[in-house]
Amino acid sequence: MSVDNKVEAANTGHRELRERPLRDTLRWSWRQLTSMRTALLLLFAATLAAIPGSIVPQRSISPVGVSDYLAQHPRIGPIYDAIGMFDVYSSVWFSAIYLLLLISLIGCIIPRVLVYAKAMRQPPTLTPRNLARMPEHRSATVALGQAALLDRAEAELRRRRFRVVRRADSVSAERGYLREAGNLVFHLSLIVVLAGVAIGSLAGYKGSAVVVVGQGFSNNLTQYDDITAGGRFTSTNLRPFSLIVNSFDAEFETGPVQTGAARVFSADLSVVDEPGATPREVTLEVNQPLTVGGTTVHLIGHGYAPKVTVRDGDGNVAFSGPVPFLPQDGNFSSAGAIKAVDARPERLAFQGFFLPTAVVDDQGPRSIFPGPINPEVFLNAWYGPPKVETGQPENVYSLDVTGLTQAQTKDGEAVRFRLKPGEVFDLPEGRGSVTMDGWDRWVKLQVAHQPGLVLTLIGVGFAVTGLCFSLFIRPRRLWVRASSEEAGECVLEVAGLDRADSRTGLDDEVQQVRDALVVSESERA
Amino acid sequence: MNWAGYSNLAIVTSWVLFLVAMVLHGLEWAFAGRIRAGGAQRTKAREYATVGVGNTGDDSSDTEFSSAAASESSTPSARSERFGRMGLAMTVLAFALTLLGLVARGIAAGRAPWGNMYEFMLTAMVFIVGAYLVLAIRYGQRWMGLFVTLLAALGNGLAVTVFYVGVAPLVPALHSVWFIIHIVIASIAGAAFNIGGIASIMYLIRGSKRGQNWFPMLPDQKKLDRLAYGAHAFAFPLWTFAVAAGAVWAQYAWGRPWGWDPKETWALITWAIYAGYLHARATAGWKGKRAAIIAVIGMASFWFNFIGVNLVFSGLHSYAGI
Repeated sequence: MSVDNKVEAANTGHRELRERPLRDTLRWSWRQLTSMRTALLLLFAATLAAIPGSIVPQRSISPVGVSDYLAQHPRIGPIYDAIGMFDVYSSVWFSAIYLLLLISLIGCIIPRVLVYAKAMRQPPTLTPRNLARMPEHRSATVALGQAALLDRAEAELRRRRFRVVRRADSVSAERGYLREAGNLVFHLSLIVVLAGVAIGSLAGYKGSAVVVVGQGFSNNLTQYDDITAGGRFTSTNLRPFSLIVNSFDAEFETGPVQTGAARVFSADLSVVDEPGATPREVTLEVNQPLTVGGTTVHLIGHGYAPKVTVRDGDGNVAFSGPVPFLPQDGNFSSAGAIKAVDARPERLAFQGFFLPTAVVDDQGPRSIFPGPINPEVFLNAWYGPPKVETGQPENVYSLDVTGLTQAQTKDGEAVRFRLKPGEVFDLPEGRGSVTMDGWDRWVKLQVAHQPGLVLTLIGVGFAVTGLCFSLFIRPRRLWVRASSEEAGECVLEVAGLDRADSRTGLDDEVQQVRDALVVSESERA
Repeated sequence: MNWAGYSNLAIVTSWVLFLVAMVLHGLEWAFAGRIRAGGAQRTKAREYATVGVGNTGDDSSDTEFSSAAASESSTPSARSERFGRMGLAMTVLAFALTLLGLVARGIAAGRAPWGNMYEFMLTAMVFIVGAYLVLAIRYGQRWMGLFVTLLAALGNGLAVTVFYVGVAPLVPALHSVWFIIHIVIASIAGAAFNIGGIASIMYLIRGSKRGQNWFPMLPDQKKLDRLAYGAHAFAFPLWTFAVAAGAVWAQYAWGRPWGWDPKETWALITWAIYAGYLHARATAGWKGKRAAIIAVIGMASFWFNFIGVNLVFSGLHSYAGI
């Protein structure tokens, strides 16, 4: 930044200010924005602004958390919502800070690139007249001619990998040019990283789908449960692959330590890369995503789907098959709804829980282990007149009870029942029956295409490399002067200056150069 | 007893030894403190008087002790030195035991021993104390002993009392080669940040008048600043890499490189604070004290990211309960 400050000091004058007030105000603002102090303040502002996002639940991570928070904090919640506390990382204020930071960075780095390009082409600086004023200075008398001594100095400094220029009575040397190069590469790489992120969010997409084991998924919009995509995304961007989930294995810790912790998640898939291709067998695990072209498929969740058969009042099968239930806790107590809309004379619906390891205690029915040791469904029943198909989307995991009546026993109590696999429950008044045939598992697949990712990775690679250059390379200037006093004898002066602070070893190197020039002389003699 | 049992024994013992080492270093400071305390100061135990015996340049020799002290068999400076050496020896022992305990734990579990908070805390302590021992033994920076053993006693104590869990295999999300890369690099960076942080705290203490009296054995501010900068400069690229490696791993495991998980957010916050530190050191008006304060904030942020995030927020980086 020192470069900027110098330019600033040179250019800012009162007279100029009066002559072109607008231009100077703009110039002044630009310099303020691109000054190191402002950059520092913006950096701290960004860190402070990032903190609320880790404290308050975020919509992008946990939408349920946000609605819970809003319900629990009726007064502060809406205020938070209005100022974007639930979407911190896409809020106006957070974006403003990092965009300003980005502009400040660009405004700071571009001029430095130009300055650096010039400096690269320049020879090491002129030898200062008074070398004794430099931070390190050594001298000696050497029995050698001026030219010969300077030759030796030049060779010695080149050996030490300095860039060397011979002057009339001295040699100036400089090294560590790559420090600033590394610094510039690091900062420019940050821009590349952000560009990668921007491309990804513009042209990429990410969606997820729940697929019951035994069923398939083909990559088109209708198959997704949810999908988010950037502005440049069209459905033609979806690579036309399809897959079938043949099996899914989930194992949980049964030992005394961390009982119930996940141990194995593994899904066997048959994947057809494009229509007409031969299917390939793929094992999908947590750290082992499937890649089809540039599209990735991740296994990001799983759950249970009780298999039921619903018979209606007429005795016909109105529904039969697995119904995915959503896990509510770590032990996979899962909630869901079974809808037999085709049941006649009345449609039937059920809602409740699937518990893989069911117990009923004072906390009510719940699951105490995520594995299927004692699977049961706990349901209540609803009935109502047949509904007209509206084509309106509805939540498959919960039951909208409008137009439905809850089934009751003769005593007027709501019907509740539990079923183990193979068991049947007959609804009162001959309304029908439910059979639990068993259960299946389902997997939640995330399908994503993030085109900027490679660019981001390259940016990070350059950033780390540049960072190492800028932190570990030590720019240094050395000068050697040989003043010819008498024939055959010179006064040798060696001086040095470190251009990065907190560096050690300058005194050593100056001493070593001096010794190398003196000692080698005595060796010869 | 099995490997897990040996591990527990070694870890608990190492905790006790770190406490002993801390006390020994405390005594080292206590006796060193009396040297420079000077004649003007009164302590409850004894009274010392400074006698101008000519300035030899050696700080420890320009103070002489009144009768009570002089009659003792050894001078305080020698005592201080002896306690310091004992503290260092005890630290080496405690370090070796922590390392052994960690290795035994790894053998018991059949995997790298940093799969949960308990193990990760011990891993971090091995790296921090290991880094200190290199500095102390090779570069004579034993003055850090008191603060490092304090940190290690706290860390191992917290691990044993709060974070302890039995040996168990890993959850599927940790089945990855990044489990080694990400965590080892983050631990090394963390160790260097802590060394730098301790040096920065000492820099601030050394800068205050009272601090100079309380901690007379500290090197001068220039040396402390250089050590702090060196440690931070070493750690920062590693931390950058660790965060990036975490993002790569997250892409494999969770299907996104960055999701503003609390751990990720705080890793970035920590990164930004240290970036601020490095910039501050190069900015007029921010060098020295202000930069040191930023470094200390960075250290606090590191520890919050390490422990606080798991205790306070629920996120994806919670394994084995915490």
